[in-house]
Amino acid sequence: MNTQRPETAAVPQPANGWAIELEKINKRFGAVHANKDIDLKIARGTIHGIVGENGAGKSTLMSILYGFYTADSGTIRVNGAEANIADSRQALALGIGMVHQHFMLVDNFSVLENIVLGAEDSGFLKPSLNRARKELDRLEKEYALEVDPDAIIEDISVGQQQRVEILKALYRGAETLILDEPTGVLTPKEADDLFRVLETLRAQGKTVILITHKLREIMAITDNVSVMRQGQMVATVKTSETSPEELAELMVGRRVLLRVDKTAANPGKTLLEVQNLVVADDMGVPRVKDVSFAIRAGEIVGIAGVSGNGQSELLESITGMRDQKSGTVILNGKPLSLEGDDGAARARQAGLAHVPEDRQRMGLVTTFQEWENAILGYHDKPAYGSGAFLDIAAAKKAAADQVKLFDVRPANINLKSSLFSGGNQQKIVLAREMEQDPDVLIIGQPTRGVDIGAIEFIHNEIIKMRDEGKAILLVSVELDEIRSLADRILVMFDGVIVGEADPATATEGELGLMMAGINKTAPRTIGIAEQGPLP
Amino acid sequence: MSASRPLPRWADIALLPALNLLLAFLVSGLVVLLVGENPFHAIQVILYGAFGYGDGFGYTLYYATNFIFTGLAVAVAAHAGLFNIGGDGQAYVAGLGAVVVALALDQTHWLIAMPLAVIAAGAVGGFWAFVPGWLQAKRGSHVVITTIMFNFIASALMVYMVNRVLKPASTMAPESETIEVAGRVPQLRQFFSFFGYSPVNLSIVIAIAALIGVYILIWHTKFGYAMRVLGANPTASRYAGISNSKMIMITMTISGALAGMVAINEVMGVQNRLVLDFVAGAGFVGIAVALMGRNHPIGIALAAILFGALYQGGQELQFVIPGITREMIVVIQALVILFTGAMEGLFRPSLERAFMLLSPEQKSEAIAVSTAKPES
Repeated sequence: MNTQRPETAAVPQPANGWAIELEKINKRFGAVHANKDIDLKIARGTIHGIVGENGAGKSTLMSILYGFYTADSGTIRVNGAEANIADSRQALALGIGMVHQHFMLVDNFSVLENIVLGAEDSGFLKPSLNRARKELDRLEKEYALEVDPDAIIEDISVGQQQRVEILKALYRGAETLILDEPTGVLTPKEADDLFRVLETLRAQGKTVILITHKLREIMAITDNVSVMRQGQMVATVKTSETSPEELAELMVGRRVLLRVDKTAANPGKTLLEVQNLVVADDMGVPRVKDVSFAIRAGEIVGIAGVSGNGQSELLESITGMRDQKSGTVILNGKPLSLEGDDGAARARQAGLAHVPEDRQRMGLVTTFQEWENAILGYHDKPAYGSGAFLDIAAAKKAAADQVKLFDVRPANINLKSSLFSGGNQQKIVLAREMEQDPDVLIIGQPTRGVDIGAIEFIHNEIIKMRDEGKAILLVSVELDEIRSLADRILVMFDGVIVGEADPATATEGELGLMMAGINKTAPRTIGIAEQGPLP
Repeated sequence: MSASRPLPRWADIALLPALNLLLAFLVSGLVVLLVGENPFHAIQVILYGAFGYGDGFGYTLYYATNFIFTGLAVAVAAHAGLFNIGGDGQAYVAGLGAVVVALALDQTHWLIAMPLAVIAAGAVGGFWAFVPGWLQAKRGSHVVITTIMFNFIASALMVYMVNRVLKPASTMAPESETIEVAGRVPQLRQFFSFFGYSPVNLSIVIAIAALIGVYILIWHTKFGYAMRVLGANPTASRYAGISNSKMIMITMTISGALAGMVAINEVMGVQNRLVLDFVAGAGFVGIAVALMGRNHPIGIALAAILFGALYQGGQELQFVIPGITREMIVVIQALVILFTGAMEGLFRPSLERAFMLLSPEQKSEAIAVSTAKPES
């Protein structure tokens, strides 16, 4: 396969001409060559995907196009005319709009006010708002982007907020829209809606540039796709002529297994049992409502659900980070006492390891050196010092072992943890929790924000743990991940487990319906009693 | 989209404070100039007064002893993410513990009286910080508010205790009975005549021990580890099974006990009795000392000596240059606190930029880090 030069020949001169042409774009940051001789041509009226691992240079390239950075050399042509884009105002004037990963909205303003913000006609607001309301009405009709103009931003869903961002760009006359990881915050349903919107935009002649690391989305929606690796454009191909496997290989530079290779589960005795768990959030609102399930040795149970349906609270309460209102957690036949603010310590002692959903906020102290994080939660163990003193040499040795086993890069245990990439930070947490030889492993979002190469590694480690006879509870918003890793899937909706599915037979559609809470009439195969006799 | 990278360690702990100090002295020099005096002469007088002869140096060390204790008190709390600004009150009430033990044992020997007084002063000072700690851990009342309120309670309580309980009937002055020689902490001048008549005493040995002890506590014990986790990321400490409430209460107690050691220096080493307001603001200077010393014992020792020198040199200054009054000295001290404490980050951004320009590797690393983030 050709992984050398951009295959611009693969995309012939389009009927509508080029919307954007980048030629020999170079950008250096000191010694880092973030963009090397990038050539990219985007045909008008198409959806063009750009994929690449973290740090491949996608964001730098888009920032050059949107005027955040200026290229060291190279030319940009917009609609065939050479353009010099010094700031985002000029980019907008050229019809280039950007929807950021993190929305730039004022939470307590209305939709209309947010759209007008920064594009007011005069010192008085009223005429601008009136004009904007008419214009918005037209845009909404034209692109099937329904949003209530008077709704307050903080009251509407994330998917709706994203629409506001898109409308903002369209209101400013954008002909080319750049979307940076747009589905990262969306539910599957919301993502589908977004894709429909993008298709409408394309049908109306707009050009869309989609930056993502989800190959499934690239395959589903784009016309052409460009792959970046280490600052270079390694390929531009027609989406219909490529496959996810080929794209993954182009991104990483080696063969990647997208499907997880695993044998059938061989479940043993029940290791973790959750009975009638009720958990409330910080505001006192019940988020987990009478949940019961059991996990046996040697199986992975995945909890699927749209984020915010009680999964986080469930994980936090089982692992002792959040007080439970009622219910029991039984580990290895013994009830866990989790009350108090040091419940997590007792859970760990009993053999329950926890890879938290948010590694930077919970799983790591990012200002610490790597070795200090390698003992977080286990620092009281005699292995890391007898009595009151910390055996720094022992801790460093453990850290060095973990770094080696999990191939953490750079392999420097004295480096500040915040300087590791997301994937390596996740490896640090996984290594720490897995190397303590727990009976039960609770994992939240194992691969959120992790590179494709590291995802493969992490998935294999999880399977390895399972095959060693551990019980694993997996929560992920990536339905694909749950389907490929889990041996059983529990679907959670509104704090209740609404159903169980077999990943081998359940279709995405069925799961999606359950996740949306629609399939409530299905038999609820949950609870200990209903699971049949356990060995 | 500016990318910045933390300064190298040496620049953070040495260069930055030095620059801040230099700026403070420059502005102070301007103030001196405005009053019509020669700033270079003033600096000469301060330096000579603080370090130039035995008596002066002894005084510098005596002030520094207090500042080490209060600086450590602030630093220990800061490592656990707590801001203890009640060092003044904690040191003040700790005087009760010190004076009661010293008066009770002043017929024995200082070797007996001093250790017990250390324990008593530590216990009382610790208790005075434990209560705000308990209020924060159990009731969510912020220690910044409660510790400062406890300063006021402390001064009211001490006025009552001195006037109504401790004051012997025979005196008019608001002070306790005088401690007999056997109950006093020995002066360093008893061993080294070099120190002349200065009040520096064996409390400085406790201060040095406290510096070493705090270093070990924070970086070499499991408790210190837990403390730093709590301070850096309370969610991670809950995740790690560290009891945040317990940590807050214990840390505040240790912090208060350290502040309480000021009472040993003042009550048993210098005044030989409990007088009103013997802390004289040392608790607040401790905040500046801890800030300037970056909460590290070595930095705190250096910063405490600096502030000790400013106090002592400042006293000397008003003797030698009549044009510079007591108030001027306070202005100079305040400028140093302002620039090294409150505005300690003043030079940081420009220094970071300067370092990036000087070192392309650092720059590229910084960019790599900052551009990798938005995607993750």
